[in-house]
Amino acid sequence: MNTQNPKKDTKPKITERRRFLTIMAQSVGLSALGGIVWTGYVEEAKASPLLLRPPGALKESDFLRTCIKCGQCAEACPYDTLLMAKPGDGLPMGTPYFIARDIPCYMCTDIPCVPVCPTGALDEDSVSSVVEGKKVLDINKAKMGIAVVDHESCVAYWGIQCDACYRACPILGDAITIEFLRNERTGKHAKLVPVVHADYCTGCGLCEHACVTEKAAIFVLPRDVALGKAGDYYVKGWDVKDQERIKQRNLEELETKTERSEKKPQDYLNMDEELFNE
Amino acid sequence: MNKLFKMRYLILRRITQIGLLFLYFAGNAYGWKILQGTLSASMLFDTIPLADPFALLQMLSAGAIMGVNVFIGAAVIVLFYGIVGGRAFCSWVCPVNMITDLANWLRRKLLLDKVERKVWVSRNARYWVLGLSLVVSAITGLAAFELVSPITIFNRGVIFGMGMTGGVLVAIFLFDLFGVKNGWCGHICPLGGIYSIIGRFSLIRVRHNEPNCTLCMKCKEVCPESQVLFMIGKESGTVNMGECVNCARCIEVCDDDALGFSIRDFAKSKAKGDNR
Repeated sequence: MNTQNPKKDTKPKITERRRFLTIMAQSVGLSALGGIVWTGYVEEAKASPLLLRPPGALKESDFLRTCIKCGQCAEACPYDTLLMAKPGDGLPMGTPYFIARDIPCYMCTDIPCVPVCPTGALDEDSVSSVVEGKKVLDINKAKMGIAVVDHESCVAYWGIQCDACYRACPILGDAITIEFLRNERTGKHAKLVPVVHADYCTGCGLCEHACVTEKAAIFVLPRDVALGKAGDYYVKGWDVKDQERIKQRNLEELETKTERSEKKPQDYLNMDEELFNE
Repeated sequence: MNKLFKMRYLILRRITQIGLLFLYFAGNAYGWKILQGTLSASMLFDTIPLADPFALLQMLSAGAIMGVNVFIGAAVIVLFYGIVGGRAFCSWVCPVNMITDLANWLRRKLLLDKVERKVWVSRNARYWVLGLSLVVSAITGLAAFELVSPITIFNRGVIFGMGMTGGVLVAIFLFDLFGVKNGWCGHICPLGGIYSIIGRFSLIRVRHNEPNCTLCMKCKEVCPESQVLFMIGKESGTVNMGECVNCARCIEVCDDDALGFSIRDFAKSKAKGDNR
């Protein structure tokens, strides 16, 4: 045998098993590489910017997974309101949206865009109400967004008379009301300012479309962007319905985040050592 | 005239591809009720729902809860291609096929294959991409391939306006011209992969008549999935591999009447042990 160079004997053999395992490892590894890049792209793409969805759209995260991007809603829209996101728009590709300043939603009473959705990403039930035991489409239940007024650029807040948004609102008197404010600058005039009410506003954007300022002073934002949330622990004591919430909750399961003090208020008031400890 | 006869299927394919695009376009622009929607999901004659089974799979993987219409639509498509058409979607319907065919034609005219440096990608890469797209869909909660699919991007571009769609199409063209031969349709595209699986046992097949063959190999040269023509000059029989797109280019270029459309040969493929 070769005594001078023992290394030659240990030269690794390329067996069938090694070949198979290596090819599999390469395929899995390259797939993982592709998967990381792909996942990263998808996550970035769905970190959605501010955009308005058609009426009846599910919550954004559910909408994104349920929309098949077929465009039948956009085709059904008689006003060409709905657009399909395309390369260059910087929005989740292929999903329907609208730009209220350009073409708002005209709130058709027969809502042609919703029933054509094949997957239910546009949920018919969320824009229907029950009238005399029958399900009837009701566009007023749509929650596409919420109109927000910029008090700085709205000329009505300056004291100039303008009610363009109020007049344009399909649910005027409910979704937008005109409130009177005293004009402190002149001391003898009233300001007639628009105020949006979230319970009624559908986010159709007709107000934004009608706004007279160079860049709209009233504009529609997605509801989860523009609206806060008081949380369960605030109860409207003057609202009978809200009061019911207290009765319904289960005290056994109630969890408090901060531990309740064992002391009584008097103890705290009569104790002075904690006030002066140094 | 003979030259046109030599391109009879090619012309028919272009007519169906462009015709379908036009019907989709007209569905939006003129309100025609023939074909509404896009290749992802559509409505035929305002009654029959159609849906992309691969899009549906991704959405299920992403955890979507969907209406029944899209399941019926996908079933219609799966039954049609599974029983009749095979992978015909890729060569008779898909609009991207026109771009990759153009790249491939240029490759042949400019003799690029003889000179270009080879970039090798496995023909099975599409099945890895297919599996990967389902995994990424599950992780991100969003149909992953649908977000980047040049097929539906092109399709929607024609119907709703192109925007920067051209960039995507140029990218595919360049990849097929200077990267991998038949790179997109024959190696990467997971939709082609899923239709290969769906059409695995379909009836309409190309048949090779070996005694007529003169081994000119024009069919293999023009075939976008040349591995499926492994039997050329060796044995008669139908082309049974799912990857065959039924484009019929091989039938057209054959001067010796050694290839033609036929019905699948089941008995033989079993006797030969799957024929792969």
